[in-house]
Amino acid sequence: MMKAALLAEGRESDLKSLYSKMLEIRYFEEAVLDLFQKGMLKGTAHVCIGQEAAAVGTCSELHRDDYVVSTHRGHGHYLAKGGDIKCLMAEIFGKVDGCCGGRGGSQNIIDLKIGFLGANGITGGGMPLAVGAALSAKYRGTSQVVVSFFGDGASNQGTFHESMNMAALWKLPVIFVCENNFYAMSTPLCASTAQGDIAKRGGAYGIPYFKIDGNDVFTVKEAVGNAVKAARNGAGPSLIEMVTYRHKGHSKSDQCLYRSKEEETQWLVKCPIKNIEKVFTEKSFLSKADSEKINDEVRGSIKNAVEFATDSKEPSLRGI
Amino acid sequence: MMQRHDIFFSAAIREALDEEMQRDDSVFLIGEDIGVYGGAFGVTRGLLEKFSDKRVINTPISENSVVGAAIGASLTGLRPVVEIMYMDFILLAMDQIVNKAAKLKFIAGADLKLPLVIRTAAGSGRAYGPDHSQSFEALFMHIPGLIVVYPSTPEDAKALMKASIRHDSPVIFIEHKFLYGIRGSVSANVDKAAKIGKAAVVQEGKDLTIITYGKMLHDCLKALSDPDMKDCSVEVIDLRTLKPLDKDLILSSVSKTGRLLVVEEDNAICGVGSEVITTIVESSRKSSKFQARRLAALDSPIPASSYLESSVFPQVGKIKTTIKEMLKS
Repeated sequence: MMKAALLAEGRESDLKSLYSKMLEIRYFEEAVLDLFQKGMLKGTAHVCIGQEAAAVGTCSELHRDDYVVSTHRGHGHYLAKGGDIKCLMAEIFGKVDGCCGGRGGSQNIIDLKIGFLGANGITGGGMPLAVGAALSAKYRGTSQVVVSFFGDGASNQGTFHESMNMAALWKLPVIFVCENNFYAMSTPLCASTAQGDIAKRGGAYGIPYFKIDGNDVFTVKEAVGNAVKAARNGAGPSLIEMVTYRHKGHSKSDQCLYRSKEEETQWLVKCPIKNIEKVFTEKSFLSKADSEKINDEVRGSIKNAVEFATDSKEPSLRGI
Repeated sequence: MMQRHDIFFSAAIREALDEEMQRDDSVFLIGEDIGVYGGAFGVTRGLLEKFSDKRVINTPISENSVVGAAIGASLTGLRPVVEIMYMDFILLAMDQIVNKAAKLKFIAGADLKLPLVIRTAAGSGRAYGPDHSQSFEALFMHIPGLIVVYPSTPEDAKALMKASIRHDSPVIFIEHKFLYGIRGSVSANVDKAAKIGKAAVVQEGKDLTIITYGKMLHDCLKALSDPDMKDCSVEVIDLRTLKPLDKDLILSSVSKTGRLLVVEEDNAICGVGSEVITTIVESSRKSSKFQARRLAALDSPIPASSYLESSVFPQVGKIKTTIKEMLKS
C-alpha cells in the first residue's frame, strides 16, 4: 500500500531519496571495509550491508526532532537519520572532525542535533535510553517519538524486557525496532532464543507487535509509519521485528564460518537495494541514466568523505 | 541573623529535593517505592502528594533500565534524581552508570549537559545482612566521569543535594542509612554552604589528621570526646566529596600534623583510604615525612547477626587506641 501510494502519486523525489540514502549506506560501508583492508583504519566496525531498508525505511518516517537510539551497527541508522557523512567517516578515522572528535569511534556516535541519542557498544544498552527519551517527550508535552533499534541478540538482554515493560506500563511513544538478522555475532537465533518469534514477545507486555520483511523499504515505511502515528496519538509503544540479513560478518574481521554459503546466497538475492531497483524497473520509474546518475553522485560523496577524513587532523588530549 | 532549624538527615535531603523541584520544573524523581511509600527510608515522604506522579515516578524493579531511562531523560532536557534503594542494588545498574552516564559527556563533547543524580543508601549498622549493608564508594571513584558525594551531616546533605541537582554531569550521592535518623542544624540558606569538591575541617588540631566521611565521622568525634582523649590534639577532616578529593585541604593538614589516619567503612583494599594516602604520598615533598594508617572494614562480607556485624567495622574503641598509638610514635 505504501509502495503503491508512493509510486502512484509520482513522488519521484521521495523515491529517489530513499534509493539514494540506501546506496549511500551501502557504498559507505563498502568503503569502510575497503579502508580497513588497506590498513588505513584502526579499531573495528560492524557494517550493516544488507540492512539498509530497515534503517532508511524507519528513519524516513521520522521528523528531525524525533529520537533514534542505535546499536553497535549504527552507521546506517546515523546516515538515515540525517547524519553528516563526512563527520561519520572522520569519526571512524579517529580524527578531530569526527562527529565525536574521534573519542567515540564507530560504535559510539552521538549527535543530538539530529536526535541521534547514540550508537553504543553494549548489546541492548540503548533501549533504556529510548524509554527515557520517550518519558521526557511525554513529560514535556511534545509529540516526539523515539525509535529504539536493536538486534535479535539484544532481545535476550534484561534491558529488552525491562524497557518494553516500562514503555508499555507508562504508554510511552517508543517504537522498538528489532533488526532480526538471525545471528548474534556467531550464535544463530535457534540456539539463543526460546520461542524464536521475537515479535511475539511484545504480546507479553500487551503492546502491538508485527513481524515484517525488513528488506522491503516500502513494507518497513508502512509498518513504522503506522506505529509512529499511533505513538504520536498517545497509543503507546509497539514492537516491529524486521526480518533481514547482514551480507558481511559481524565485524570487519569475521569470516562467517558459522553460516553456509547456500544460506548467504539465498539472502543476497533478497538484497534490499536489488528489491527497490526491481520495483523501479517493474514500474518503469527510474531510467538507467537516472539510476547511474544517482549511483555516481553517491559514490562521489563517499569519495569526498574519505578525502575529508584523510585530510582532517588528529585530535589532541587537551581538555581530557 | 540566619535562620536555622533542627531536622533529621533524611528530612534535610527531602527539603533539598522539594526546593529544587519547586525551583526547576525539569527536576523529577524516579525510583522504587518513592511514591506512596515515601522511599524505603522515608526520604521522599510527601513529595508524591505535592508534585504528582508525573514528577515522582514509582518504577518497577528494573535498576539498570531505570538508570538508563534517567540518562535518556537527561539527554533530552530533564534533570532526573534516581533513587537506588540500597547501594547493594546499584550493581544491577553498573552498565548504564559506567558505560553510559560516565562516558557520554566525554564522547559527545564537554558542551553536552547530562544532569543526573543517583542517590543511594549505603552502609551498615542495622543488621540487614551481607547484601543490604555494603559500601561501594570506591567502585565509583575509580570510574572516570563520575562525581561521588558523601555527606555526613544534615546541613551538608541538603547543600550538597541541591548542588548535585544543579550540576550538569552525573553525581553518585551516597547516604549512610544509619545517618538518616541523626538530627542537625540546617541553615535556611544552604546555597552558601557545602560545595561539591570541598572537604571541611570539623575540628582543628596539630598532632594528627583524621580523614573520614559518613557515619565514621560521628564515630571519630565520639572517640575524641572521651575524657581519655582530652590531651590529644587531633584535626578531623570530613571529606564530604570523595571524588574529586579536596587535595589542597588534606595535604595542608597532613603537612601540618605529620600523622594521617583514614577512618572508613568500606573495605581497605583499593578503598577510599588507599586513594587518600597515595594522593598525599605523591603530592608530598621529598623531605616531608609522615605516618599513615587506615582503619577500614575487614576483608570479609558483612554478617547479618547484630552480634557479629559491628566487629567487621572500625569501632570507637579501636579508633581511640589507634590515635594513641600513632601519637606515641
